[in-house]
Amino acid sequence: MTQTHPTTMFEKVWADHVVGQDEGAPAVLYVDVHLVHEVTSPQAFDGLRARKLRVRRPDRTVATMDHSTPTLPRALAVVDPQAEEQLRKLRENCAAFGIQLYALESAQQGIVHVIGPELGLTQPGRTVVCGDSHTSTHGAFGALAFGIGTSEVEHVLATQCLLQRKPRTLEVRVDGKLGPGVGAKDLILALIARIGTGGATGHVIEYRGAAIEALDMEGRMTVCNMSIEAGARAGMIAPDATTFAWLEGRPLAPSGDAWHAAVDRWRALRTDDGARFDASVSLDASAIEPMVTYGTNPGMGIPVTGTVPHPDDAPDASARAALAKALDYMGFVAGAPIAGQRVNVVFIGSCTNSRLGDLRAAARILRGRRVAPGVRVLVVPGSKDVKRRAEAEGLDRVFRDAGAEWRDAGCSMCIAMNGDQLAPGEVAVSTSNRNFEGRQGRGGRTLLASPLTAAAAAVTGCVTDPRTLMGDAS
Amino acid sequence: MIEPFTTLESTYVVLRADNVDTDQIIPARFLKVTDKAGLGDALFSDWRSRPDGTPDPDFPLNRPEAQGARVLVAGANFGCGSSREHAPWALVGWGFRAIVALSFADIFRQNAMKNGLLPVAVPADIHELLLAARELDPKARIAIDLAAQTVALAGDAPRGRFDIDPFAKECLLHGVDELGYLLARLPDIERHESTHFS
Ligand code: SF4
Repeated sequence: MTQTHPTTMFEKVWADHVVGQDEGAPAVLYVDVHLVHEVTSPQAFDGLRARKLRVRRPDRTVATMDHSTPTLPRALAVVDPQAEEQLRKLRENCAAFGIQLYALESAQQGIVHVIGPELGLTQPGRTVVCGDSHTSTHGAFGALAFGIGTSEVEHVLATQCLLQRKPRTLEVRVDGKLGPGVGAKDLILALIARIGTGGATGHVIEYRGAAIEALDMEGRMTVCNMSIEAGARAGMIAPDATTFAWLEGRPLAPSGDAWHAAVDRWRALRTDDGARFDASVSLDASAIEPMVTYGTNPGMGIPVTGTVPHPDDAPDASARAALAKALDYMGFVAGAPIAGQRVNVVFIGSCTNSRLGDLRAAARILRGRRVAPGVRVLVVPGSKDVKRRAEAEGLDRVFRDAGAEWRDAGCSMCIAMNGDQLAPGEVAVSTSNRNFEGRQGRGGRTLLASPLTAAAAAVTGCVTDPRTLMGDAS
Repeated sequence: MIEPFTTLESTYVVLRADNVDTDQIIPARFLKVTDKAGLGDALFSDWRSRPDGTPDPDFPLNRPEAQGARVLVAGANFGCGSSREHAPWALVGWGFRAIVALSFADIFRQNAMKNGLLPVAVPADIHELLLAARELDPKARIAIDLAAQTVALAGDAPRGRFDIDPFAKECLLHGVDELGYLLARLPDIERHESTHFS
């Protein structure tokens, strides 16, 4: 047997997809799955038309409508004519180029990063791209998945390939066990608070360790989803029995003998013992508490039991200025406990936390309780499939009985393109992934948190440690 | 085709902030367009205007000396956040040809170069120099030479080299885009497809 040097999972997937590389040029990387949505694709299709090109592999291209779609009952008109035009263009482009489209009326429609895995399109060892930075979500399956710009969308449509420099690798090792009331969202917010929003720039993260292996697929997707918020090119988790069990029987997953052959291939993807990463970080899961952000980027996170940091404690002048500006925008006072801050809106949804497990977590807090007076609560399932399954187990009634709005699938208030948005000055606890200024509506203030913490805020009307509401839960 | 980038000498706008995210560069409500034109008007929309919609005269882009500047100087991790190529479209639409920053987010850097917008990552001392020169003289000019990969204050000796992917550099210097290169590799791509799974 020939001796090969131990390699990481990322390197295996990368090597398997390099079509070729000229001296001095980036690698030509093959794309197995290209996901398309209405916001970042119209200019790419126009580019194809201008060059008289076709979509090279429509069979490897799948489209959905999610970003600017309404999540109120679908009979209502799309929120504005521009958004409607965008949706119309996507229909037209998919029809013209022979691309499968999960349109608004489709039973499989949903947020692009929710439906890819649901359909079984996202598989270990595949390369997955989309004109959307949270494509990193799909890395939860051991796929190499990353966001691209519209020019690159055009490149993939035309050639099924991208020009890419090989990223470096970052090992994020999370050992130990997460405590009760602490989940995947808290884990990833704790990591970003530690390494910062640029901490993983230029790297593909591989999450490993006991706490990662213990996560279910939904939790793994939450973690990989936010890799981009640390600046990472992608995030990956080795496929294992949890992954295979989740994928088996999905509409586009292999079946019969092909399934067994695929599982054998997928098992070989894990990082070899002794493989080297370019950098490494480790976290102790048992020390992580429910996290919440207090500022205007996802790295500004603290335990829900903590206090808003003081600009004077920032390491340098620029961090000091950024923190002072963030606190001014958020209306928070340095040194104040984050718990107890008033909340106007709670948003449970987005490609980070809109899957069935997320909704169950929120329902666990909301069951038998009422939303605090004056608080508006939106629960937006990530896909129609999630919606159906949630309704089948009665979660919609839990939310409605508590006084929350139960919506149709879409991005909704994560990006505030569809009419769901904060008014200036309003404070939201949101299970989404970005708390940038104005992200959820101009002047709106976003606190990122887990579904449990968001639901706790819905009930009390202020930032609340969810563990204080979970004592009686079985 | 993109507009070639060789050398540039221009006044510059300073945005003293790290982690300028793409939601600030162009807020999501402007992403409902289906073409690339006209996005310059929406650049930094929420920072340029006050909540009542009137322009904020203190915002750097609104200052009289900002008009005609082709270069934006900002802090670390410029362009973090979403993959929207609307961000470079808006920057180019406003008139910028180069962004000088301490560092860039990956996707933004890629998107910028594909639109003839040069990302120039400079070390802290050069960054300081540019900020200080601009404090002294609002008409200070920066000189960028892509072939030599240098940045300087105009009329001054080059103060530092910047790194750029050699392939992207060639594309920018000659104004060619990557798609032509990829299309020329279709035979290799077909060969790859015939020998690989998934
Ligand atoms: S849910 Fe939010 S982050 Fe996710 S794809 Fe939609 S807009 Fe982007």
